Amino acid sequence: MKTELVSKTHLDRLEAEAIYIIREVAAECEKPVMLYSIGKDSSVMLRLAEKAFYPEKPPFPFMHIDTGWKFKEMIEFRDRVMKEKGLELIVHTNEEGVRKGINPFDHGAAYTDIMKTEALKQALTKYGFTAAFGGARRDEEKSRAKERVFSFRDANQAWDPRNQRPEMWNLYNTRIAKGESMRVFPLSNWTEKDVWQYIMQENIEIVPLYFAKKRPVVCRDGQYILVDDERLKLKDGEKIEELSVRFRTLGCYPLTGGSLSEADTIEEVVEETLHASASERTTRIIDKDGGSASMEMRKKEGYF
Amino acid sequence: MKELLKFLTCGSVDDGKSTLMGRLLYDAGLLFDDQQEELEKGPTDGSRFEYADLLDGLTDEREQGITIDVAYRYFTTKERSFIVADTPGHEQYTRNMAVGASFADLAVILLDASKGIKTQTYRHARICRLMGIKSFVFAVNKMDTVDFSEDVFKSVETELMSLSENLGIDELCIIPLSAYDGDNVAKKSERMPWYDGPNLLSYMEGVKIDVDIPCKDFVMPVQRVCRPNADYRGYEGEIAAGSIGIGSRVRVLPGNEYAKITSIIKAAEDKETASAGSPVTITIDRDIDISRGDVITDSETLRKTDSIEAKIIWFDDEPLDLNSSYYIKLGTCSVPAQVNEISYLEDASSGEKQKSEKVEKNNIACVKIRISRKIVCTKFEELPALGRFLLINRVSNATAACGTIVSTKEAGTNLTYHATDITKELRSEAMGQKPLTIWMSGLSGAGKSTLANAVETAMHAMGRHTMLLDGDNVRLGLNNDLGFNEDDRAENIRRVAEVSKLMNDAGLIVLTAFISPYQEDRKLARKIIGKDAFFEVFVDTPIEVCESRDVKGLYKKARSGEIAEFTGVSSPFERPDNPDFTIDMSEGSPEDAAALLIREISKKMK
Repeated sequence: MKTELVSKTHLDRLEAEAIYIIREVAAECEKPVMLYSIGKDSSVMLRLAEKAFYPEKPPFPFMHIDTGWKFKEMIEFRDRVMKEKGLELIVHTNEEGVRKGINPFDHGAAYTDIMKTEALKQALTKYGFTAAFGGARRDEEKSRAKERVFSFRDANQAWDPRNQRPEMWNLYNTRIAKGESMRVFPLSNWTEKDVWQYIMQENIEIVPLYFAKKRPVVCRDGQYILVDDERLKLKDGEKIEELSVRFRTLGCYPLTGGSLSEADTIEEVVEETLHASASERTTRIIDKDGGSASMEMRKKEGYF
Repeated sequence: MKELLKFLTCGSVDDGKSTLMGRLLYDAGLLFDDQQEELEKGPTDGSRFEYADLLDGLTDEREQGITIDVAYRYFTTKERSFIVADTPGHEQYTRNMAVGASFADLAVILLDASKGIKTQTYRHARICRLMGIKSFVFAVNKMDTVDFSEDVFKSVETELMSLSENLGIDELCIIPLSAYDGDNVAKKSERMPWYDGPNLLSYMEGVKIDVDIPCKDFVMPVQRVCRPNADYRGYEGEIAAGSIGIGSRVRVLPGNEYAKITSIIKAAEDKETASAGSPVTITIDRDIDISRGDVITDSETLRKTDSIEAKIIWFDDEPLDLNSSYYIKLGTCSVPAQVNEISYLEDASSGEKQKSEKVEKNNIACVKIRISRKIVCTKFEELPALGRFLLINRVSNATAACGTIVSTKEAGTNLTYHATDITKELRSEAMGQKPLTIWMSGLSGAGKSTLANAVETAMHAMGRHTMLLDGDNVRLGLNNDLGFNEDDRAENIRRVAEVSKLMNDAGLIVLTAFISPYQEDRKLARKIIGKDAFFEVFVDTPIEVCESRDVKGLYKKARSGEIAEFTGVSSPFERPDNPDFTIDMSEGSPEDAAALLIREISKKMK
């Protein structure tokens, strides 16, 4: 056993803040759930949830909104990790969307609305969750920069940026009426660098897609898209190349561009990230549809 | 690993807030490649480049009308990590500024050198102070518009010093700068050679944030109880003050029960100690009913109360309703409460106090609040974590207000101490003696009154001016409204201590004979009377002897259950840790004991 050092580092403070938030939800909200997107932020959030309640297991289930288009490696990772840790996992897919054949190639922005936003709303309603943790960070995007840690959603699960509850010190108002809910972001004040440093410090396992490896990709609109299964149809002039790529964010494979990289260890990935100058979300195509206000629009509609 | 500094920037748009932030990021080499490129190319229309445009979003938001909210930005230099809460400046957005201020360790307040201090400078500083910020930077911008004049800066500086003194700000730095040109932003200005202080960035990288709070005791509000199985019961919370180790003795409030710490888990690791700011799970050696909202502490002075006076900032569109009940969320505790009096409204700019029947959105007010049950809280200045709160509308669930506790008692808030011409020193001189309170504690029947009586007789014979305060006598008169539960016992002792102090001020030597079973109350008595005039005597007669004497027949009644909460039988007696004098009154004459005691007093109190 160690005697604790008095000085608190930057990561100590962020960790303490996140644990405090997670415990507040467990103590005050009636039926919480932690959204688990399998990405690095979710992996950090999962670790924080384990730390917050140890020796007890997190007192809420984890939920993955599966569009059916996630990278195969993500799904394998999800199932293995949840099993190893003995946690309760709920997987929800918008079956109606699947029946209608909604896909990222043909339906663009509608695909995100139906398979992500709608699916999430369906799942929260179906299980009656009153609070859902998300791994979003304020440094990701400018409308998120203004969002509270405890983000109130009305009965339609919509966010009203002009009428947010004032959030003071560490006092969170978790009270809601029937049908209303909360989205809670314990990583609000973390930056991408913080997330990576924490993963390194805590030795947190993440999906191997974050590390560079020779992978079959096709270059489309300046982005390297992984050929993850046969549903990716080559367009005229496109060819599959074996290139060393890694992914800075993970989502639906047809919508997530990889970057050329040789970084195949956590140290190299962190090093590359610390010197990166393009903001993280430029590789995620979803935010670009509909211009700079698109994330804010999606959030108002109930997307995270 | 780097330290984190959270700060907020405030000032109106015209003061150059965005320009300053943009310039700071540029000079610190923190821009993205595309932004750097844009900057180097310069505007195509030949106009001057606006650093403010680098702050993605700001202009755009102004058009959309949502500048009203706080935006958070993140950057890291070689020395430190920073989080900036960028807050709106206008008066109607006071509540949003308060949100940013509650988040920050330090405030950067901008002003325009050519315009000097404006009422909004006062308002920003006042709100930041109210939210608990202790460190301030005043950035006196646009020095280029006043020809970098030292005289102009000096006069603004003098005004800022008096503002700071006014608001009780002691950590401050006043920097003359020109944000657009980068003078004193991240490098020393050559155009202001007369300024020898730090530039903004180097000050922010080096400033030590005083996280010291007056409360040194261990305090942890319980967030949640951890029960993975029937054998384990841990208490989760973040340590608000002090530190703790395995084996430490703690008290659980509001129940006031004692226990020892048996294990400490911090973020899933076993630890021997843990300190303020750490999220922990602790276990104790006894089975006590502890739940969320309780406080675990080693403090003997932390108290519970149902009546507080506080400064609040009203947030809600619906004004304060004195007939409504709100939830007060304080620490981890959430209970109904009612505002029962508006003491005054405080003008955010001038600080002027005015009487008012109403408190509306963005008003700052001082109010009295009655809480539906006693909860553990303190003055905000003493321990922020237990001195700040939210008021939540019970119907709409809106966060109606936030507040900081000014005092935890109803009385005494509008009173000021008046100095008199004849001082206590003069009175003491006239009597030819040093005033003193001899505080005797011990079980019922221990011989406190007998001893006090013998001491007073001996002192009287020596020509001393004395007064004896005896438990029963005081309870028959002054304190006949008090019972014997814990709170009433505490109040009984507090009043006796106040009376003793007044008599000491009059020049008298006071002898008190009270059971005074609680350490906390004796500590309070010592504090009221003053440690130099307080002489603690422990009449340590064994309980068997006291019970066999049973002069008043009380032990018999207590044993039969006729008297509840009888000290030594059904209510605890906490032995004094380090009394000035201890005596067992089972044997020997009271006169001999008195002589011993008087000798000890003259030895110690010289």
